Formats: sequence, structure tokens, C-alpha cells
Amino acid sequence: MKIHKYDTVIVGAGGAGMRAAIESTKRSRTAVLTKLYPTRSHTGAAQGGMAAALANVEEDNWEWHTFDTVKGGDYLVDQDAAEILAKEAIDSVLDLEKMGLPFNRTPNGTIDQRRFGGHSRNHGEAPVRRSCYAADRTGHMILQTLYQNCVKEGVEFFNEFYVLDQMITEEDGVKRSAGVVAYELATGEIHVFQAKAVIYASGGCGKFFRVTSNAHTLTGDGQAAVYRRGLPLEDMEFFQFHPTGIWRMGILLTEGARGEGGILRNKDGERFMEKYAPVMKDLASRDVVSRSIYTEIREGRGCGPEGDHVYLDLTHLPPEQLDAKLPDITEFARTYLGIEPYTDPIPIQPTAHYAMGGIPTNVEGEVLSDNSTVVPGLYAAGEVACVSVHGANRLGTNSLLDINVFGRRAGIAAAEYSQKADYVELPENPAEFVVSQIEQLRTSTGTERVAEIRRELQETMDANVMVFRTEQTIKTAVEKIAELRERYKNVAIQDKGKRFNTDLLEAIELGNLLDLAEVMAVSALARKESRGGHYREDYPNRDDVNFMRHTMAYREVGDDGTESIRLDYKPVVQTRYQPMERKY
Amino acid sequence: MATPVLDKVEAEASASPYITVTFRIRRFNPEVSAEAVWEDFQLEIDPKERVLDGLHKIKWDLDGTLTFRRSCAHGICGSDAMRINGRNRLACKTLIKDLNPEKPITVEPIKGLTVLKDLVVDMEPFFQAYRDVMPFLITKETNEPTRERLQSAEDRARFDDTTKCILCAACTSSCPVFWNDGQYFGPAAIVNAHRFIFDSRDEAGEQRLEILNDRDGVWRCRTTFNCTDACPRGIEVTKAIAEVKKALITRRF
Repeated sequence: MKIHKYDTVIVGAGGAGMRAAIESTKRSRTAVLTKLYPTRSHTGAAQGGMAAALANVEEDNWEWHTFDTVKGGDYLVDQDAAEILAKEAIDSVLDLEKMGLPFNRTPNGTIDQRRFGGHSRNHGEAPVRRSCYAADRTGHMILQTLYQNCVKEGVEFFNEFYVLDQMITEEDGVKRSAGVVAYELATGEIHVFQAKAVIYASGGCGKFFRVTSNAHTLTGDGQAAVYRRGLPLEDMEFFQFHPTGIWRMGILLTEGARGEGGILRNKDGERFMEKYAPVMKDLASRDVVSRSIYTEIREGRGCGPEGDHVYLDLTHLPPEQLDAKLPDITEFARTYLGIEPYTDPIPIQPTAHYAMGGIPTNVEGEVLSDNSTVVPGLYAAGEVACVSVHGANRLGTNSLLDINVFGRRAGIAAAEYSQKADYVELPENPAEFVVSQIEQLRTSTGTERVAEIRRELQETMDANVMVFRTEQTIKTAVEKIAELRERYKNVAIQDKGKRFNTDLLEAIELGNLLDLAEVMAVSALARKESRGGHYREDYPNRDDVNFMRHTMAYREVGDDGTESIRLDYKPVVQTRYQPMERKY
Repeated sequence: MATPVLDKVEAEASASPYITVTFRIRRFNPEVSAEAVWEDFQLEIDPKERVLDGLHKIKWDLDGTLTFRRSCAHGICGSDAMRINGRNRLACKTLIKDLNPEKPITVEPIKGLTVLKDLVVDMEPFFQAYRDVMPFLITKETNEPTRERLQSAEDRARFDDTTKCILCAACTSSCPVFWNDGQYFGPAAIVNAHRFIFDSRDEAGEQRLEILNDRDGVWRCRTTFNCTDACPRGIEVTKAIAEVKKALITRRF
């Protein structure tokens, strides 16, 4: 076991982690621990753009952007945070440009902008061009640009280090972060990182669904690490299903395709979104579009022999426009489906995409241990966190924005904190949990296989807690997850080695997914209303009287060692906007 | 407009798709043996699936010790470059049907970098070469956002091709010069230098050209086009290297 000491430790090297690292490295001795090489992070898979009211191509302002974000989140958004997001968006984009990001340009040389779902002129009048983009590879450009600037700033990376535990020391009844415990993939060695400040920027947890746009590595490791240590997770029932995943595979096809004029059609060729969202049509918010697609499919208007998908039609757009604005997604259609998007529509279905919920933080990125108490020295930003700027449904292009705005804020806040704080004493046996977890898996003679449990988890999640949910389906999922968690105790791996043991890590990742799936299902069961990405067929309306509040889920361990989930609730911060009926 | 139809794809989808293929994989685990060996695995797979899906079937259902890197599974993250049937490709962008599944599909680690276990190689020398070309925008003005800096669409288009690089190392590890001499910067580092040399906003082109004028720089390139063939992003790598060579001679970029 090795012990390291840093002022600031950042967990994860996607957009939020690297944006934080650029700030933190300038101000404090910083280590970035990442389970992937930085340029492998899933930020790179984001396509369509980053929202900011630059008003380069038409009238726009940050207040309209704030409103759209609040409305898009079905009023579960904390409005103070949304205002910061929209205001700081403008500098955030200009900052990335200064760092070298190659945005697409207008004829007069300014950053070009395009339409995106839910972003509107003057509080919903019509779609507005707010998304700053680089073809359909904006996330790739952001990830590369941030990595380039990390190289420039000399950011210290520990690549292929898996953070498996959060160290918390309780002093005078106050929980403080002492650092993290990590596992080095190359050697199997365990490393304890003592740090004054820790920032989680480890991304989402979409891999508990089968049809998902998420990478294999998005297994919620950060959320699980803090949750296991008694800290809450907020709004985990809210998961976004992106309307346009490649049929059966889930690979993302950007909403920018519809921003450029693409149209969704059912088997009759009908532009069905006109029925569901007369003003915004195909550019309604993602939850609305995904539900509309499944409504078409359920009512027998889906495409194909099994009627299980609809079409994304780009055939009316000039090939030059597709080549210039959507080169990657058209290539995906050719590579994975053998379809030529110039002439043929692309079969799509909603795909599990983004966790709106996560580790609760305030607008400085400080992690909360209840509705208001800050955990000194602990920060989170990006998809792992819940600020909450996305509420019940995130708008497209607001996540690339979130990682830049709140990654930067967390990086500054953590580094400033670590400059004035002292180290918190390490727990007595800091690596105990990780050592025993690994030992248990390495020596297990159990009969369960990781892949089989994961498959069953993904199947139950797809079947029961996806776009449409009911009391019955969620209960089915809760029971199935409980069964799988029990079976997981009997899981065994084949690779017993120390070197690059990805078999072992997949087992640990599955444990994280099971924990988070349970939190998600239990939170969803208790929310007896429909709001944003959480749609209950048995409670189809939003219920502001009883449920205009954030869910806070805590792990409880009884005296006899039994685990349970305790749900609590947190008020929503409302400033400018009163909840209204949501129409697009 | 007419109702879109998709007869071809859907006819294929309705038939039973599975075929039996053999994966012949180069295995190496220094904890077990100092020798690398070939191992065959037979599996049922839909030809429309990816080589990566095949590797997962092996790892998940047959042999959990099989080790490889992967993440996004659709050609964006650059984790899973490997040598498939003797050619560098991304496992997640290579479909079984495009490989002649009648014969065993050979899968080896990319060449020229030290193999650590099975298909996992040491990427550090590759990233070091990348870092050595100063892969970041250098300008005299400060980084503070004040007002927007302009760039014409034409100037932006000048370096578009080389912005697509995902640092997967497929090009560099397909280069015979790199195989023989790991000191050579390799195509990927030159591509990333090109991305800045030809960016109108950058002011350090001369410095980068001097770095690449080194004996291990662009002049080692023998124009074999392996890199261009290997690039999963369709970057014209050899052309980019030629443009850097030309810029070195003319000092115009």
C-alpha cells in the first residue's frame, strides 16, 4: 500500500474533472485519478453543442436560457443554480475558444450557433439558435481542448487508477473528507490519497440500462463511493432517455440532427411530433419526444416488422449540409446499420442517456451531507453531481455547459479550500474496506457470474423503469434488484491476478451499479407523480403540492447489518419563475 | 414526401442472424508465462455485431482473464485499437461481416509499444510523443474571456481534418518506421502538431516546426500510407505529414 499526500485530488478526467484540474493545478498541488486515460472519457461522445446565449446569429439572452432550463427541468431545477449556469455560459464558451477549441464559425467569423431541443426565444415563442458547436463532435473537441490545456498546465494524472472508496473522518460530529482509496489497474496495488480537498467528477451510471448511449465504463463509481459512506444521493429517479439512439444499439445520434432540420416519422411517414408539441415539434424537450416515440410505437405506428422503432429522417437535407454539420452521426449510420442517410431514414429508439440526479452539491460544488450541511473538503461536479441545474429533465447542450461552469467552480473552490485547510486525519485502517472487497472477490468460490447478473439487471431496468413506469413495474424492478444484490454476494471472478485485472474491476463496477439501481428504483417508487424524465402512468400529472421537492436517498445500516434506503426530501429553490403547465 | 421504407435492413433483421466464428487471439500474461501464445475461441455471433462484441462474449461467458481496453464502443474514445486480421482497427468499429467470418479472425495488440497483458500495451511513449509537440494553442494574449476572438470559416476549415484525432494510436503503431525506432514521433504526434501549426489563431508554429525538424521528426516518414489506411477517423494522415514537411521547407503555414 502506498500513501500519497496532495492538496487537491480530482476523481475522473472527463470534461468536469479536467476543467476543475486546470483551475486547481494553478492554485494547489493537485492529482487527477482517472480509471481511463483522460481522452477516453465519455465527454468525448457528446455531439451537438454547448448552450450559451451569445446571440451571435439571432437575438438571445441569458434570462431566456435560464427560463428554458427551469421549464425543461419541469420546475424541479434550483433556479439560483440555473441562473448561474446561463449567465456563466457565455464566458465559459469564450474561455474554451481562448483555450483553442475549434468551434464552427459564421461567415463573419464569430462562433456559429444552432437550434436544440427546448431552447427557445422569449420564453417558448419559437426555437432559438443557442448551441455553440463544432460539427457533431463538440464533446470530442471539448475533451481534447481541456486535455491539451491540462498538458499545458502540467496537470498530474494517475491514469488507470480506480477510486474505490471515499475516506470520511468524523470530528466533533462533523463528517470531513480525508481523501480517497484507489486501485492501480496495472499492478493491483492499493494507493491511499490523503487530500485536503477531493472533487468527484467521475461521470454517470447509465450502464444499468441495456439500451444506452453510455460507455461500458459509466458505472457510477463516484456516486456509489460516497453513498456507501452515508452521504445522500439526490433525485436519482430522474434519468434521461435520449430520443434518438440507434435502434437496438443505443448509440447516440445528436439532437443537432433535428436542430439542422431532421424530422421524426412513424411507419406512415407522418411527422408525429406535430401532434405532441405544436410549436417546438421535433425540438421539444427530450422527455417529451421520447414519450411521444413510445406512444407511437405502443399505438401500432412503429416501424419495422416488430414495430419497435421510428425513423429519424434526414433525406430532405442537402448532402453537403450533412457532411459539414453531421459527419459523425451519418458515419455511425453507415458503419453500424449499413444505411445511407442521404437517401434512407435511420431507425431509432430512445436510449438511456443521462442521470439528472447524483451527489447533492451547492453552487460552489460543495457536497452536502443533508439538505444544507456542507461536508468540508468534499466537492462534486458534472454528471456525478446534482446541483440541481437539470431538475427532472436536462436540456440538450446543458451538460457540456454544466461540466464547464461547475467543473471550473468546483476546481477553484476546492483549491482555495485546500490552501487554507489542514489535512484531516486518516481513518485508522484507511484501505480496510478496499482490501477486503478485493480479497473477497479474488478468493470467492461462488457460482454467480458478473456478466449474467449485469445482463439481468439491465433487462429489468429496461423493462421496468424506463420511459414509462407504474407502481407495478417499479416494484418488479425493486424485487429483482434485491434478488440480484443477494446473488452478487456469491459472485466469483476467473482472473485472480494482480496485473490489469479488468475481470475484478468489472465485478466491483457491477456492485456499484446494483447499489445505484436500487436507489433509483426506490426513489421512483415513492414519487407518485409524473415530472420530466420520471413518468408514472398511474400518476400521469405533475403534483406540485406533494412533490415539488428533491428526493434525498440515504443508505442506512441496521444494528444487525441489514441495509435499507431512507428517503428524505429537500425544497426546490424558486426565484423568478412560478411553476406553469409545460407545453412545447 | 413519400413514406420512407427500409426493406433491406428489416428483411435481414427478421432471419436468424447467428453464425459461428473463431477468434484467434494473441494471449500474453507475464504473471503466468513469459511467452505469448495464440488461443482460439469459438462463439456464436450476429455478423452485424462488432469485433468488440465478440471479445466481450469471450470475456463475459468463456474466459474472464481475457484483457483489453474499451469504453465508448462506437469509435470515439480511442481505447480499443488493435491489430485485427493483420490491420490496425478499432474493435468497436469493425463488424464481423466485413472480415470474412469463414476464417479465424486474428486479434493481436498494436505493434511497436510494449505489450503488458493480452491486448493491452504501454501507451506512455505514445502520449509522451504527443506531449512533446506542445499540443495546445499558444497565443500572446491572455486566457481571460473578454470578448470573442474571430476566425474565418476558411481558416477554421484549414485544420479541420486533424482536429478529428482520438489518440487511439492506430496510425503510429502501423508505421514501419515507428516499429523500428520508437524514438520517432510517429504520425499521431505530427497530426496533432499539424492541428496547431495550421490554426490561424496559433502563434507557435515556428517552434513546433523546429521540434519536428529533429532527426526523430517528420523526415523519418517514408510515406508508406499505412497510417492513413489505419486511421479510424478517416484523417488523411500522410497528407498532413506532407504539409508539415512542406511548411518546414517553405516556412509558410
